[in-house]
Amino acid sequence: MALLEVRDASKRFGGLLALQRVSLNVEEGMIASLIGPNGAGKTTLFHILSGIYRADEGEVRFRGRSLNGLRPDQITAAGIGRTFQNIRLFAHMTVLENVLVGMHCRVNRSLLDILLRARRFRRDEKEAERRAEDLLRLVGLQGREEEWAGHLPYGDQRRLEIARALASRPQLLLLDEPTAGMNPQEARSLMGLLQRLMGEFVQALLLVEHNMRVVMGISDQVTVLDYGEKIAEGSPVEVRGNPRVIEAYLGRGKWGGDA
Amino acid sequence: MRTSIYGLGLILYLGLTSLLVLYFPQSVLAFLLFEASLLFIYSAPLPRGTRLALAAVALVVLMPLLGMINGYYLEIATQIGIFVALALGLNIVVGFAGLLNLGFVAFYAIGAYLWAIFGSTQANQFIAGNLFPLAPSWFFVFLVLGALAGALTGLLLGLPLLRLRGDYLAIVTLGFAEVIRALANNLDRPINFTNGPRGITPIQKPPLFFQPLLEWMGLRPEPAALYPLYFYFLVLLLVVLIIIVIRRLEGSPVGRAWKAIREDEVAAAAMGIPVVRMKLLAFALGASFASAMGVLFAAKQVFINPESFTFMESIGVLAMVILGGMGSTAGAILGATVVTILNLQLLKGLSLWLNGLRQSGIILTLPLLGSYDLSQLPAQFEPAKYERLVFGLILIVMVIFRPRGILSPGRGGGRSDGAA
Repeated sequence: MALLEVRDASKRFGGLLALQRVSLNVEEGMIASLIGPNGAGKTTLFHILSGIYRADEGEVRFRGRSLNGLRPDQITAAGIGRTFQNIRLFAHMTVLENVLVGMHCRVNRSLLDILLRARRFRRDEKEAERRAEDLLRLVGLQGREEEWAGHLPYGDQRRLEIARALASRPQLLLLDEPTAGMNPQEARSLMGLLQRLMGEFVQALLLVEHNMRVVMGISDQVTVLDYGEKIAEGSPVEVRGNPRVIEAYLGRGKWGGDA
Repeated sequence: MRTSIYGLGLILYLGLTSLLVLYFPQSVLAFLLFEASLLFIYSAPLPRGTRLALAAVALVVLMPLLGMINGYYLEIATQIGIFVALALGLNIVVGFAGLLNLGFVAFYAIGAYLWAIFGSTQANQFIAGNLFPLAPSWFFVFLVLGALAGALTGLLLGLPLLRLRGDYLAIVTLGFAEVIRALANNLDRPINFTNGPRGITPIQKPPLFFQPLLEWMGLRPEPAALYPLYFYFLVLLLVVLIIIVIRRLEGSPVGRAWKAIREDEVAAAAMGIPVVRMKLLAFALGASFASAMGVLFAAKQVFINPESFTFMESIGVLAMVILGGMGSTAGAILGATVVTILNLQLLKGLSLWLNGLRQSGIILTLPLLGSYDLSQLPAQFEPAKYERLVFGLILIVMVIFRPRGILSPGRGGGRSDGAA
């Protein structure tokens, strides 16, 4: 059984068919990538997976359980974490607080314990802070706990988003363009980080990515979307040679084919 | 070494300003200097325990003593306390959770009317048996009931409302407050619940349960002299309680969830925060503080009518929160204090002073400008009536120079180390 199964998901915005019967499987232990030209529906699919949009048709199953109709926080609690394409950190909260927010569905939040400052609650808070610091160390942000998240440099903000998403202990992590705006060196170190996450912190990764070096370098499976439809799927090598993919990215030659 | 100098300095300052108030009981300036001591204590680089002890001395010992010299000061302190509690409640809703509520005073009104109706003969109008007014000791039950009623109303209003965002939410809360006021104004027919615009009076005061103790100590104070002190301490107790609740929530997953929602609702939901539930909690908690204070307000005023719960009151409390710094507990306290002092003391004091000048008949002679008979000062020139004008000016200046408030929330301000 696949960790994540998307079956025939469709999404319409007015007259625009953003997704047309897209199916996708992500197996445990797999780094999967979702690529496609701008407007192909990648982010729409991500929003459906994380519950921000509802699919008009089709079904999303996670570990065999249907996610249809669940709220974003319920999906996070079920084990799917995510980051955003246009970084959405809590800018006026500290780096540490951002990660602690990510733990919301995994910590003790009984009002009574909080108001009475029960020993159980203080112990859990300490534990949460310790774990948050571990996660920050993992992404290379140790020692920056008390800085405003909004004041971090761009690349660090991307890393903080990953730490924040990991805080909810996701089994599947959705990364929306994690290397966008990074220079090649930063992108390389991020690839290393993603590979380190596998197995230890997450069971599977699904990324939307434009940087082909990253996609081809770490993916086990690449899915290509174009105009809301899945046009190819397979290993990086298979996809790279697929004529429909080349066409989607480069367009059809003037004299080629039977236009 | 440094800390002991600061500590000594503060103690000296406290003693000095207390003496000033003692010798010039009518001087607004002396009392203002005394009030400022709390600000100095708050910002002094001293250990928390020391600062708390100093603040306790000022609030629990000195303030009541000064209040015995000039009862009006105690009244001001009590009013400040009430507004501090309201501002703290609204700060949870607006400052922490980022929900603009323009009708906060509605919850205050609900609490006030709850005790006013059952703590006076008013309830006899619609409940047979001549059971009312309830005995004074019911006041404490109603303090809790008021908080519950506020929370419940907040929940009921919030359930449909919190799906709205920003401006829409603000408009509906504004409408809700007007509905509550209109109900208070018009529910005197067909069944007389609220006695309409005539208001309700007299309302029971809280019980003097400590009277036997005082008598045992050989004190026989007049109730008239005792009540202001009593209300002062009640308000102080409630404010301290509210501060403790807020401080504990602030540094907990709940407080962080509120702030996350304020920062970015979509991201907060994607990080596993049940957004609607957390907003409801903020709404209900803020409302319950306001309602509890309403119960106290009704008991203190003895008379209430719908005029006390106008839209301007909501705006006033909101201005306190904005002035102090949205999302900052200390800011809300400071904002409420500054605005209340401005309204009750500074502007009124200035008006009195100008009146004095008018009546003194002094003729002011300035070189080049000629002379001016001060008794000719126009009667319209009366600062106490310019409350809203001064208010507006201050807010404009604030927005230009300190858009995040006097005490904007510091980094890490929500950490659990600030435990109360």
